[in-house]
Amino acid sequence: MLEIIRQPWPWYVAGVLIGLTVPALLLIGNKSFGVSSSLRHICAACMPSKIPFFSYDWKKEIWNLFFVGGILLGGLIAMQLLSNPEPIQIAESTKAQLSALGVKDFSGLMPNDIFGVDQIFTLKGLIFMVFGGFMVGFGTRYAGGCTSGHAIMGLSNLQLPSLIATISFMVGGFISTWILLPYIFKLIA
Amino acid sequence: MAEVEEFVIEHPMECEAPNDQIKKERLFSNLKYLVLGVLFGIVFVKAEIISWFRIQEMFRLAAFHMYGVIGTAIVVGAISIFLIKKFNIKTIEGEKVAFHPKTFNKGQIFGGLIFGLGWAITGACPGPLFAQIGSGFLAVIITLLSAIAGTWVYGKFRDKLPH
Repeated sequence: MLEIIRQPWPWYVAGVLIGLTVPALLLIGNKSFGVSSSLRHICAACMPSKIPFFSYDWKKEIWNLFFVGGILLGGLIAMQLLSNPEPIQIAESTKAQLSALGVKDFSGLMPNDIFGVDQIFTLKGLIFMVFGGFMVGFGTRYAGGCTSGHAIMGLSNLQLPSLIATISFMVGGFISTWILLPYIFKLIA
Repeated sequence: MAEVEEFVIEHPMECEAPNDQIKKERLFSNLKYLVLGVLFGIVFVKAEIISWFRIQEMFRLAAFHMYGVIGTAIVVGAISIFLIKKFNIKTIEGEKVAFHPKTFNKGQIFGGLIFGLGWAITGACPGPLFAQIGSGFLAVIITLLSAIAGTWVYGKFRDKLPH
């Protein structure tokens, strides 16, 4: 049994389990599924700076912080107890394209030559962590949600604005992958 | 169906994941969201959704994996919401489940594009960011802090941005 759990889980298992998070949150506490609001609650809790957007009772929304705390803990448990010893299987075409761009480490879930701790104070770290992270936080709040709030919760509830947002996420990702990343890899080479 | 229960709950403006429970929750009872988060985080890692490589495969149209995950999640979510509405299923506290219709604004396009750019670079949306840190990629703490800063900057300049 543990052997099966240790293997990478197929998309239909993950899809069903993530989909079930929607009714689970609704039924155990009348909560709408969405992760990016946690970033806003952290702003509201730590540095509201009298900005109206952060002036609310964040303690009332604290469930969301428990939820993301759980996600972090879940990541720890999965990696420590259930991790797959084999290297990740990536599509050959993607591996070839990324190698051509200059990615060398294909052993783990993340390339250590980009996201390793020793990259934090390099140009790579500045682009992939600082700029990338900033766009994730700024963009999700500007869009009013992320993959969970818009793509999963919003589309499950048949909301047209969520479809528009999801299409925009994908378009941004394609532009980033095909146009921006080649420039970035040239810059850091 | 006559709706007798009409409550006004104060939310932070435009929160996509509001707390709609009328009954007050003690701090301790929030542990159930932590447990749900743990399960969610395990799925993230075991299905390799937190992997920068899987996100690259998705945007290079080289694998069906991520499309399958997100697509299945939407179908399961949609069926669940349909059933909750159809049979008026109540929460464990016996409350009516609240849904929030979203209204369109241009932020969904501009913000969506910006998030998409960042998604392909970091290989993470906000949920997987937390799971990446938990699974030992400690440098992602910088990504998370920067994402929090991005959220703050949005809040600060919100009035000046086109919506």
